[in-house]
Amino acid sequence: MNGSLFVYKEVIKVTTILSIQQLNYAFPSSRTPVFTGLSMDIREGEFVSVIGSSGCGKSTLFKIIAGLLKPSGGQVILRGQSSAASRLGHIAYMPQQDLLLPWRTVLDNCLLPWELRRETGKEEAVQRIRGLLNRFGLSELEMAYPPELSGGMKQRVAFLRTLVSGGNLMLLDEPFGALDALTKRGMHRWLLELWGGLGKTVLFITHDLEEALLLSDRIYLMNGGSQPGLQELVVKLPRPRSYRINYDPQFIALREELERRLHESHLL
Amino acid sequence: MNLTSCKLAIRQYGPFTLLVLLLLTGWESAVQTGLVPAFILPAPSAIILALAEHHKLLLGTHLIATLQEVMLGFVLSVVFGSLLGMGMHMFRPLEKALYPFLIISQTIPLIALSPIFILWFGYTLWSKVAVVFLTAFFPVVVSTYDGLRSKGRAYHELLLTMGANRWQVLGKIEIPLAIPSFFSGLRLSVVYCVIGATIGEWLGGSQGLGYFSRRMAGNLQSAEMFAAVFLLSALGIALFLVIRLLEQIMMKKRGFFR
Repeated sequence: MNGSLFVYKEVIKVTTILSIQQLNYAFPSSRTPVFTGLSMDIREGEFVSVIGSSGCGKSTLFKIIAGLLKPSGGQVILRGQSSAASRLGHIAYMPQQDLLLPWRTVLDNCLLPWELRRETGKEEAVQRIRGLLNRFGLSELEMAYPPELSGGMKQRVAFLRTLVSGGNLMLLDEPFGALDALTKRGMHRWLLELWGGLGKTVLFITHDLEEALLLSDRIYLMNGGSQPGLQELVVKLPRPRSYRINYDPQFIALREELERRLHESHLL
Repeated sequence: MNLTSCKLAIRQYGPFTLLVLLLLTGWESAVQTGLVPAFILPAPSAIILALAEHHKLLLGTHLIATLQEVMLGFVLSVVFGSLLGMGMHMFRPLEKALYPFLIISQTIPLIALSPIFILWFGYTLWSKVAVVFLTAFFPVVVSTYDGLRSKGRAYHELLLTMGANRWQVLGKIEIPLAIPSFFSGLRLSVVYCVIGATIGEWLGGSQGLGYFSRRMAGNLQSAEMFAAVFLLSALGIALFLVIRLLEQIMMKKRGFFR
């Protein structure tokens, strides 16, 4: 009895990287909450999407997780730690805009996280980034400045910078939201091909249903306002996935299920 | 290629040059025909002659003296102004305490206050530098402060999530973003510096273009006075252009114009 309980606890410890419990948030100036009663668990190596209508507080949720905002109630626990300050610098965060510094080259932009910590030698950091640029198909753009890049290229560079920001958990806030449909499709293909080798855990905001199904292991539907909680949908599609999986009947069935749930909770 | 750039130059500066020429001709002929007495308004040709006649004194002594006051006052106001602007940005209580003072200091008519500097510093270089400093200080502080706080909320948050501290955010994000605003403040303040130096020299002294122009006005030598005023204005324009050039070099180095 005792032994099995111990093993169970151990499993939880190893796999749950982020745990959110009964999280509430209201802006200091207003009485109506942005969201209430959010709970979720993110396990190591998972790709989890959060879907919700505009203004339901998805970005606010991410800022709380990243440690930029303090919740009004509830807890965010990252690897057993619950203080907001301890999360800053330990979760990689990619906001909606690319936020590349226009006065730095692609390489220097990617070196920014290293400059803030200087944990390794510069040569080592440069080598690591060169390797990643190469793998991301960006090696020719090393000395280019962000204004010279296309929208998709900027997002790839911003993604790379997020990747080297440290921390296994990445928060991606609608990274492809500003891209046109064709570029977006290209980015999905690119990300799916890379995904297996990165070994990262991703929490992903989107309001594109296909994108969420294509990339995620699980999807949370967020209500926002005073309607509490999250709904969970497990995406049982095999990995590695091809970007063409969206023609698969299983995929289409999941999409229907997702839309039905959104409809039922008056999100659609 | 050369022809089109010539055309472009004509389109850009043609109307202005034409107007200047027209005004100069009108002015010259009004004085030549005796419509305006020469001691009230000297002819442009007389001003040029005065410039040529006194060029050694004007350029060798007075221009150098004024330039020295301007540069000293400017450098001091840039150093202390940007430090104060940065300090106000980094420490809220400092901003709350000092910002009203800065605004109030601008409502004091500087010319009325300037004689006190003569009491403090005597007829030395430093009484003029003090006036220059006071005129140039405010635009530097405000442009530094505004430049630092204007944009970059999202950048700021991004750097915090990368584990940056307050000073790293300042160095990596806020200062580079503040550069355009900082330079527009410098351009404004360097022109004010010339005005400040002129006021300082009016109060008393023995050299400088302001001193020279006032003495000549006292002697009813308007052509000489205008020659000094012309040089003061040229000095202001030249300094403005130097700052502009510095700004462009700096921006280009940082890839802003690519």
